[in-house]
Amino acid sequence: MATKLKPVDIAIVGLGWAGGIVAKELAATGLKIVAFERGGPRATNPDFMAPQVHDELRYWRRHELIQNLRKETLTFRNDPSQLALPMRQLGSFLPGEGVGGAGTHWSGLHWRWTEWEHKMYSGTVAKHGRGIIPAEMNLQDWPVDYHELEPYYDKFEKVCGTSGKAGNLQGRKIDGGNIFEAPRANEFPNPPLTQSHNMVLFEQAARNLGYHPFPVPASNASRPYVNPDGIAIGQCHYCGFCTAYGCEANAKASPHFTVIPLAYKNPNFEARTNSYVMKVNLDSRRKRAVSVTYLDAGGREFEQPADLVILAAYVFGNVHLMLHSQIGKPYDFKRNTGVVGRNYAYQSMGGVAALFPKDTYFNPFMGSGALGTWIDDFNSDNPDFAKLGFIGGGGISSGSNSGAPISRHPTAPGSPRWGKGWKKAVVETYHRMTTVGNQGSVMSYRQNYLDLDPTYTDSFGRPMLRLTFDWQENEFRQMEFAADICANIAKEMGAEQVLSRRGRGRYSIVPYQTTHNTGGTVFGDDPRTSALNKYLQSWDVSNVFVVGSSAFPQNAGRNPTGPVGALAYRLADTLKDRYLKRPERLVSV
Amino acid sequence: MSEQNNDEPKTVNRRAWLKLFGAGAASGVLPLSGAAAEDSMSGMHHAAPKPASAADEPVPVYAFLNGDEAAFVEALVDTFIPADEVGPGALELGVAVFIDRQLNSGYGRGDRMYLQGPFIEGTPEQGYQLRMTPSELVRNGILDLNAYLRGKYKRTFDGLTEEDRIAVLTQLEKGEIELPTVPTAIFFYLMYELTMQGFFADPLHGGNKGKASWKMIGFPGIGEMYADKIEAYRNKKYMSEPMSIQDLL
Repeated sequence: MATKLKPVDIAIVGLGWAGGIVAKELAATGLKIVAFERGGPRATNPDFMAPQVHDELRYWRRHELIQNLRKETLTFRNDPSQLALPMRQLGSFLPGEGVGGAGTHWSGLHWRWTEWEHKMYSGTVAKHGRGIIPAEMNLQDWPVDYHELEPYYDKFEKVCGTSGKAGNLQGRKIDGGNIFEAPRANEFPNPPLTQSHNMVLFEQAARNLGYHPFPVPASNASRPYVNPDGIAIGQCHYCGFCTAYGCEANAKASPHFTVIPLAYKNPNFEARTNSYVMKVNLDSRRKRAVSVTYLDAGGREFEQPADLVILAAYVFGNVHLMLHSQIGKPYDFKRNTGVVGRNYAYQSMGGVAALFPKDTYFNPFMGSGALGTWIDDFNSDNPDFAKLGFIGGGGISSGSNSGAPISRHPTAPGSPRWGKGWKKAVVETYHRMTTVGNQGSVMSYRQNYLDLDPTYTDSFGRPMLRLTFDWQENEFRQMEFAADICANIAKEMGAEQVLSRRGRGRYSIVPYQTTHNTGGTVFGDDPRTSALNKYLQSWDVSNVFVVGSSAFPQNAGRNPTGPVGALAYRLADTLKDRYLKRPERLVSV
Repeated sequence: MSEQNNDEPKTVNRRAWLKLFGAGAASGVLPLSGAAAEDSMSGMHHAAPKPASAADEPVPVYAFLNGDEAAFVEALVDTFIPADEVGPGALELGVAVFIDRQLNSGYGRGDRMYLQGPFIEGTPEQGYQLRMTPSELVRNGILDLNAYLRGKYKRTFDGLTEEDRIAVLTQLEKGEIELPTVPTAIFFYLMYELTMQGFFADPLHGGNKGKASWKMIGFPGIGEMYADKIEAYRNKKYMSEPMSIQDLL
């Protein structure tokens, strides 16, 4: 039996970037806010201190900062004809857990999505007509455009101290930046990071081939920096322990030391850690959320009444809570109706490995999470969709992230995998192998979706979320097209051997690919195809808002954190300027 | 168990063993447990290279593996990564101790895995669907494989010649040996991964003694800061004495 607690004004579920930003921005309201985080408290000191935080086994292989599947996982199948089975071990994606969420262990690639990436449907139709869209593809626009989000993108870059070079400053194209980016009001707050050897080669090769290389926007600070909130961000050491690790230098922007401490400026803010929110409880008419039910670390059940509930968990958490709490109409694949769980998408990670001549030294251990040189020449709507036969694109890059050797001990093709000769092969290859990668967009389809599993329950007894996903023809074509571009660039860089994995295998949940999952609580202008209105407000339960990449109608060929932060800042403004003054439905049906 | 051991005493404790054979004999390769049965002696017969200063090497003490299992794991890691002219082998770097610790840890006991039923065999894309934790999987896999080898060679894995051990691992890798309890591929790749992890992980976890694998490949350890080096060392070899977590505490 749940213990009923004293009411608060706002309950926030999840304390990563999205929840942290909203909590911080609402601090000045003085409203009573409680944020629930399923994982523990995290602070740079003591949680991310060197040297212990540089432990590849603990962080990369044993997933110290990642969701504990024993408590909560999902089931997976490739298509609706199969029986979904639980994800019993982590693999394909690594959702965060603990204060700061995935923001503690991300790489720091900090993008603004392009104008087209917010308007994929109308932008594609305007150029190519409706006929180009495959029948099963649920291509949808964001209900807001880039220009409305620009100030929020700008704000989030400044908070993170993002390092980069503008390529489109107020419409003026600048060589050396990304000339394909949407116009930005301001330059990046910090200059680009220093390039590694493979990046220099990539940049030159890309230029030789007529492309437009630029430094990846990195929330790994290139110099010491104090953000507009007065938070000090350290200079990146290029230590090579970034993705999957916390940063001891506070050089990688993370909510645990930027926005979340500022939320505490509100004396009425409280974070309840190790607290799993089970459900959002609705009133008898199912039109209003009245409370959330959660379990503390000891498994005791509490009911926390709140006037406003903000879901800011990871993609799967947001969708699961919506479905389990019966907020909005669940997506029904057979009838192609309903919205919650609709339009799940992912990202493809492809490209080539490139082996360079003996005595080449890439020093892969000198790196940071977002250290890379990139081209957008084949990303966004820059490819000719009609000619190439696919919608979307991919960012192509070469970077230097980590040389930690459990995960990185490549050998040349044909080498023994173990036994005599294996060590020789590793020693000969370690310094002269690099990669040219493609990070491909993934569209949303009728047959790729999330719903509740009919068989399996999590440790709390709730039906698990069920993921149904497979690669589609459109994405295979993008991957194959990009792999050829990657191979050409690698050759131009001087690679002796270019190794490309080919094949149209089904999506597998086993190997790690990327933690760029999107969709399931999509926002839009039409309640028949979106769970949330343009203000991220549930169409059905007006005091529930949902923020995060679960709102994206489909995925672009670049990382999601930039737009997640922008949406969170915009939501905070929506709440401060409109909703909290007059709590009501912000868009009429 | 290996057949050669049948004449050994039925039980022996660590101290008695050292007294009988001297510390030099117990040279970092012996799987001794407190109440070792005859099987636990099997480790002494495999062809592991002895460290140069064997007398100074502590005897590995296994917290999870029994004598048979320890003998198997020692022989296995020594076959996966033998000592050669390029560098030391996994056994002398403590990889068997690493595996023992991992199997005895929360990881080995499956503390972050979902292990509720129903258990149904899925597609390869759906991933691991067995009821077993990594520790249980290793334990059952060793029993399975040694039972098979007893039938074929009249020896357990650790008692095989180097040539036969290589042949057996090759057959496992190719899926040519079918094990009754544990799927061959899952067992093979778990052991392979654990061996690689122990070989390359920070010495904090029991393997990679002396940071030998890091020195071998030229990984400068975990304590470096490269802000002033990344440009200076473009396409240049960077050398330094690697530091581990313990070195920096």
